[in-house]
Amino acid sequence: MTAAVFFGCAFIAFGPAFSLFIFTIAKDPLRVIILIAGAFFWLVSLLLSSLVWFIATKATNAQDLTLQKNLLIFGSIFSVILQEVFRFGYYRLLRKANEGLAAISEEDGPPLSVREMAYVAGLGFGIMSGAFSMINTLSDSLGPGTVGMFGDSQYYFITSALMTLALTMLHTFWGVVFFEGCERKRWWVIAVVLCVHLMVFSLSLLNPFYVGSILPVYAIMLLMAVWAFFSSGGSLHNITLLWTCRKSNAETSS
Amino acid sequence: MISVIVVMTIFLVVLYKYRCYKFIHGWLILSSLMMLFWFSFMYLGEVFKTYNLAMDYPTVAMIIWNFGVVGMICIHWKGPLQLQQAYLIAISALMALVFIKYLPEWSAWVILGAISVYDLVAVLCPKGPLRMLVETAQERNEPIFPALIYSSAMIWMVGMANPARHAEPTNQDTGMFCLISAYNPLALTMLRGVKLGLGDFIFYSVLVGKAAATGGDWNTTLACFVAILIGLCLTLLLLAIFKKALPALPISITFGLVFYFSTDNLVRPFMDNLAAHQFYI
Repeated sequence: MTAAVFFGCAFIAFGPAFSLFIFTIAKDPLRVIILIAGAFFWLVSLLLSSLVWFIATKATNAQDLTLQKNLLIFGSIFSVILQEVFRFGYYRLLRKANEGLAAISEEDGPPLSVREMAYVAGLGFGIMSGAFSMINTLSDSLGPGTVGMFGDSQYYFITSALMTLALTMLHTFWGVVFFEGCERKRWWVIAVVLCVHLMVFSLSLLNPFYVGSILPVYAIMLLMAVWAFFSSGGSLHNITLLWTCRKSNAETSS
Repeated sequence: MISVIVVMTIFLVVLYKYRCYKFIHGWLILSSLMMLFWFSFMYLGEVFKTYNLAMDYPTVAMIIWNFGVVGMICIHWKGPLQLQQAYLIAISALMALVFIKYLPEWSAWVILGAISVYDLVAVLCPKGPLRMLVETAQERNEPIFPALIYSSAMIWMVGMANPARHAEPTNQDTGMFCLISAYNPLALTMLRGVKLGLGDFIFYSVLVGKAAATGGDWNTTLACFVAILIGLCLTLLLLAIFKKALPALPISITFGLVFYFSTDNLVRPFMDNLAAHQFYI
């Protein structure tokens, strides 16, 4: 475990999210506030679900390992459900706040569109989720140690980094799709996002069988990316315009 | 410790009321001198000890001298706003490090709690010292004390060619623990900036620093960081609603403390277990 592992995994896990932050969010204070508030909502959902898990573990036998593992899985499923509930709650809060901001703002209309808020909120959830999964592992990778001493996988760090990256991007796409679904009152979208989130979690249960977990998760991430792109107003026409560098009146907003 | 802060605050308000400006200026200059030179020298010494670096005295003298003099100029006289902000942040961080290093374990937490209560009382009660300070300054139509305040923007005043910058010196014992919306009624065009007392910075830093120092768990530190930021956002929201000086400590410190203890005891074992099995929620 060396500085190379540390920097490599840090850049893999946080590079895209960090650059998204620098290029799209850092210059606008309102977006920064929405990002941090999104991170806070994710944090609160994690807190409540870990409270439930903690009570469950303390109430049962700590020596029974399979029971503890099952309780962990149960706690995680509860956490996934709670995260989506809090995402919905954050959507409601942002809608209310947007109306308030529109009323006191000097320009006509709200300062941020719902799509921008969806993207920023999703990124907030993603950054916090990624940071909580990866930061302790990263800081351990700087110190001395042997990876996989007890027969565990040698690729622990890089697979953690790859999974963290996938989760961060997935949260962003889920945010966009979720808010858009709520705006259009398509409630099946919420159910689909919840199911996909649970599916991603279940795939991660297959670790350390990495072929079975990382490849499908990345496939799901690509599908979600396409869905989010079309859901936020993108189209094949826009992509062709982008590639041929022609200007047009209609642009994707995100 | 709380009594020291209370006594010093009351002393400062009394001095301000009786217009002993020279005394206050001298005191502030002395304290910022001490912060910039002596504390940064101590900090540099600790850094060298930790990383086992050898450094000769003349080089250190030159580094500290340059750092200190530019700091004094920036804070007490004129200087670019970013540089002044950077120096104020550096000084608050140094002060917070001193608190973290020399306060015993439990005292730091109790002091944080007690200071938020004191802040609430001092700024909101009619006879509170900080409220009297703010009101006196507003009556005399002066900028809220050449003090202890971090301003986020410059203010344009009527008839001045250059924007008036607020050069705010610091004080290590009594910061102005409040948040004021900078609103000059004389100005034609005003850039509304928010002012935050340096004492607030110091205690935020103490909270995050203690979270980082005890336990060494990054999740806890990150959780405290986000909690304090959200507390500050809520305080700013209240400031926009009530439009008068508000205590900046209570909400943030409460959130920070709640999140510190709950993340340390509840979230940490949960996330450690998840990371060990490589489950991703």
